[in-house]
Amino acid sequence: MTQPIIDLRDVQKFYGDYHALRGITATIGQGEFFSLLGPSGCGKTTLLRTIAGFEDLSSGTVLIGGQDMARVPANQRPTNMVFQSYAIFPHLSVAQNVGFGLRRAGLDKATLAARVEEALEMVGLSGYGKRSAHALSGGQRQRVALARALILKPKVLLLDEPLSALDKKLREQMQVELIRLQRLVGITFILVTHDQEEALVMSDRIAVMFDGQIAQLDDPETLYRRPKTHRVADFIGMMNFLPARILSEDGERATLEISGLGRTEFDLGTCPTATAGPDGTAVGLRPETLTLLFDGQTATGRQVIGTVEEVVYYGDMTYYDIRLPDGDQVVRVSMRNLFGRPVLEIGAPARLSWDPGALVLFR
Amino acid sequence: MKGIWLRVYAVLYLVFLYAPIILLPLFAFNDSTIIAFPLTGFTTNWFVELTKIEAMHAAVLNSLFIAITTAVFATLLGICAARANNRYRFPGQRGIMGMVMLPLVLPEIIVAVSLLVVLLQLGFSLGSWSVILGHVLICTPFSIAILNSAFQNLDRSLEEAAIDLGETPFSSFRLITLPLVMPGIISSMLISFTISLDEFIIAFFLTGNEPTLPVYLWAQLRFPQKLPVVLALGTLLVALSIILLTCAEFFRRRGVARAGKSDTGGFL
Repeated sequence: MTQPIIDLRDVQKFYGDYHALRGITATIGQGEFFSLLGPSGCGKTTLLRTIAGFEDLSSGTVLIGGQDMARVPANQRPTNMVFQSYAIFPHLSVAQNVGFGLRRAGLDKATLAARVEEALEMVGLSGYGKRSAHALSGGQRQRVALARALILKPKVLLLDEPLSALDKKLREQMQVELIRLQRLVGITFILVTHDQEEALVMSDRIAVMFDGQIAQLDDPETLYRRPKTHRVADFIGMMNFLPARILSEDGERATLEISGLGRTEFDLGTCPTATAGPDGTAVGLRPETLTLLFDGQTATGRQVIGTVEEVVYYGDMTYYDIRLPDGDQVVRVSMRNLFGRPVLEIGAPARLSWDPGALVLFR
Repeated sequence: MKGIWLRVYAVLYLVFLYAPIILLPLFAFNDSTIIAFPLTGFTTNWFVELTKIEAMHAAVLNSLFIAITTAVFATLLGICAARANNRYRFPGQRGIMGMVMLPLVLPEIIVAVSLLVVLLQLGFSLGSWSVILGHVLICTPFSIAILNSAFQNLDRSLEEAAIDLGETPFSSFRLITLPLVMPGIISSMLISFTISLDEFIIAFFLTGNEPTLPVYLWAQLRFPQKLPVVLALGTLLVALSIILLTCAEFFRRRGVARAGKSDTGGFL
């Protein structure tokens, strides 16, 4: 991480009896693309609004650029926000919206117009200044909101679920644009989202939040590959959980009995281990680490024979639900639809290859 | 068959509602002091006569003063109540809002008599101000109802966005919220003005010796020969009311459209 720009120290927030933030401690770096990810009600938006200054802390400290924000009201903080609803002022033109924050800067007309045009150009809306805010599409509103927030050159840009109102295609396009924009301006972006895919795509680091606490704070790859708890693993991407028993444990190595897959060795030193969920010890396997073997292919790892129970065709991918030999467990497998490869039918036998090295142990 | 009866009912209903009002201009332009059919001829004399009655002019001015003052005060109170209701959550909120809206259904004569008793007991003299007091009381619920819908349609993030961009809470209210609810404010002022201008019972009890226009009108009904003049005045009042209410609704709808929301309710 680069030099820290935001320092959260044991941030607590109560709404009456409701404990919305339960001691958040985190440091966010200069120029970082940081995401707060979690299901609705986990406190991610509250945390963002706390940084913006719209919510008072119950206890704890928020430092921005080394300065304690306790007595700094929202309108004087070096942060700007893109609201979920975009909050475009409907009675003002695009240029008036974008230039709103410069009202108090005392710029002459020409300078102001130049700054506004510069900001609009940055978000790909040059020449839109004279339009009324009414006449904008969802994606354009989003861009105006971005330009309006960035024109003040804040130290931190806060984004509250900025893409949730857009349709899938536009959303994916805006994700790429936001990354590009963040590299361009080089300031810290803090994104609140409930969409784990979005967080994985865009972030340098992600804080996964549950129930007002940070469950795990890591870069996307670590988060995906080495989740720290059952709940994080379940929330990030898709994960097959299979109940398991530890038969023996000897320093670095353990022998596991995995329901449906049988007995295997597990390397405690290199393979990821995490805290178990309420159902006890289990192993986790991502769908892409499992492979179905077609005619003539041989297993690279271990092999079991199951039955195809469900087929979900996505065009580039097919998801198969495979019932494992002992009958109790079903795992999901994702297969790329390579040219010439058939799509299996429900009920067909399936040869499943899996790699013990790809396991995550929840204990 | 069902459709026909429904249509007959609708037509009868409208006749019942508007026939008396249509008679008003009819006889106001009729060339006779006797209010009866058949009509005898067209004249604008009664309207000319109107301009010559000094006591009536005083009543008109008095009414206008009361109506304008009432509109301003009722709307100010309405803005406060509507903003509080939409912006904050506080204990007893529903109950308090219910109480504030109650004068809408309270019999005006009760309000008038109670106010009269209270004011006299407190030693106030009657006059324009006591009428304004009563009118603000009955107009405020209308004002709240209109402004409530204006404030409801407002995205809360708008003010926060302005604060986020460096404005103080007050200046963001002035720059963002106020312009957006302005159509509602104008609509509220127009409706309060109209209600106050037409109101009789409260004015009758509280006006003292400076009659408002409706009170003056009522007093003139004792002189049958003046009836056509009264009808002429009534015609003007009805026309003014319709124009004002239409303007009010126009502004209310524009406000809803400006906030980019779908229409919910309103009086017209």
